Amino acid sequence: MAIAVWKWIDTRFPTLGSEWRKHASEYYAPKNFNFWYFFGSLALLVLGIQILSGIFLTMNYKPDANLAFGSVEYIMRDVPGGWIIRYIHSTGASAFFIVVYLHMFRALLYGSHKEPRELVWIFGVLIYLTLMGEAFFGYLLPWGQMSYWGAQVIVNLFGTIPFIGPDLALWIRGDYVVSDATLNRFFALHVIALPLVLLGLVVAHLLALHDVGSNNPDGIDAKKMKASDGRYLDAIPFHPYYTVKDLVGSVVFIAIFCFVMFFVPEMGGYFLEYNNFIPADPLKTPPHIAPVWYFTPYYSILRAVPPLFHSQFPGVLAMGVAVLILFFLPWLDRAPVKSIRYRGPLYKGWLAAFVVVFLILGYLGTEPTTVWGQFGFDAFFLDTKERATWVARLCSIVYFLFFFLMPWYTVRDKVKPLPERVVWH
Amino acid sequence: MNEHEKVGPKVNRTRRTLVVATSAVGAAAGVGVAVPFVASLWPSERARAAGAPVELDPSRIAPGELAVIEWRGKPVWVLRRTKEMIESLKSVEPRLADPQSKASEQPKYAQNEYRSANPELLVLVGVCTHLGCSPQEKRAEAKAEMGADWPGGFYCPCHGSKFDFAGRVFKGSPAPINLEVPPYTLTDNKLVIGEDEKNKA
Repeated sequence: MAIAVWKWIDTRFPTLGSEWRKHASEYYAPKNFNFWYFFGSLALLVLGIQILSGIFLTMNYKPDANLAFGSVEYIMRDVPGGWIIRYIHSTGASAFFIVVYLHMFRALLYGSHKEPRELVWIFGVLIYLTLMGEAFFGYLLPWGQMSYWGAQVIVNLFGTIPFIGPDLALWIRGDYVVSDATLNRFFALHVIALPLVLLGLVVAHLLALHDVGSNNPDGIDAKKMKASDGRYLDAIPFHPYYTVKDLVGSVVFIAIFCFVMFFVPEMGGYFLEYNNFIPADPLKTPPHIAPVWYFTPYYSILRAVPPLFHSQFPGVLAMGVAVLILFFLPWLDRAPVKSIRYRGPLYKGWLAAFVVVFLILGYLGTEPTTVWGQFGFDAFFLDTKERATWVARLCSIVYFLFFFLMPWYTVRDKVKPLPERVVWH
Repeated sequence: MNEHEKVGPKVNRTRRTLVVATSAVGAAAGVGVAVPFVASLWPSERARAAGAPVELDPSRIAPGELAVIEWRGKPVWVLRRTKEMIESLKSVEPRLADPQSKASEQPKYAQNEYRSANPELLVLVGVCTHLGCSPQEKRAEAKAEMGADWPGGFYCPCHGSKFDFAGRVFKGSPAPINLEVPPYTLTDNKLVIGEDEKNKA
């Protein structure tokens, strides 16, 4: 019976079967995927979680400066199951960035950005940028103090662009200050415009990947070697092998996700900031403001750059370059091998330094600039109040050197010979 | 391979010209359609009209007291400076980025050593010139927090900019220029913010 039904559909809509074969049951992926290869499918899972929980949040949320804060509290207290849906969405936002950062780091480890997957990487960076926009627009919606002042600072970043800046900021806000008009348009962008862009980019990311095939931890072509009967020696069909593997990853991920959601949804102020439980007050900035953790490395870079020529634009420019430089990674990395397994000490050292400074910048961005002022050996080399700023400056320099020096150190690095086949065969 | 394939299909010139012309008109129409959408994001007429001046009675502000009033959605500070505060203005000058307020924004009557029409009464837009947070008042007594040489003034919690009691920015702060002084009119018992000789509301 089931076979007859399938036959009936297949004669009328053969695309369904052929696409399934192309992207799942006959999409051959290298057989040596490891832990790092969970995060692509997990990102897709989180996208699904965010869309589902987001749809249900809009059913009770009010995008109005007078009602927004109250409607979020209404969801939390009075809507049956509302608190759980809201915590799913807020935990999902941070989970999205954790998964995406690990997914991007995987590319740095195994050279997934290198030829012929440059476009896969570029679509990925576009997804990352859209996600940043999505997170920023979404963060204004609860209309708490951090929502308000975070939006104020970020919109003013555009205001620092020479000549067009002030008008651009006015145009983005739709008012002279962040106001009801701003909230309403951010709502529209958050719930419909950017999700559509995100979905389109995810489709492009996957189609481009499936055209060139997946990379693997050895960074060699897994489809080169075939058995005498024509089957790939080192590649296996995505379905059922990797669908099942990714299901296991999803189960573990969901277990961790649920733990966070039920026991520490605010994550000590990192996922949901305490000041955001106070309604927005345009006349009073909270004593300490910081963006949510996933923006803090860039926020640190912004703070680290002093103003030049009576303009704060250099800091904004440094922050913009820190993000946009990612687009050029496939061409900055000129190593003859892809995977870290066959790269030399130079790349390994720079990558390690990059990870360390990224984490330090991320930490510093969550703290006031005076964070290390309490360690009172003032005469050491600097004013204690400035110590964190100088560390942030040093880390920012290393961040940029990782990218700007890449064309040299990847070429000069001593690489190991590549194996014929993937290592675990 | 026949002759047709070698030189490419014969192009019908008239038809090609029409295709190009139609595409160009279509593209122009697309730009035209974008106009109302882009325009709709500018402040509405209602938002534009909401910029009316506000007033308060400065005689009710005690020495050392800071009043905050909303003007065009922004906080405006009115501070009646004490003698010590005014004296601190002179001594901090070497540590300021723009002590003469040459690069900063203020009406003519506030471009002086006090940055105000009346030396006692400071009127400032309480919005940091860095990225728009609202700084906090930190008295000279807050030395434990602000450093031993803190003369008193304002501190922005967002990115650590420091200003003196005339809203002048300290060197090394992320803020590039001094806090803005709004246009205002000061009479004996009335302070009107947002209106002066040049800026009639």
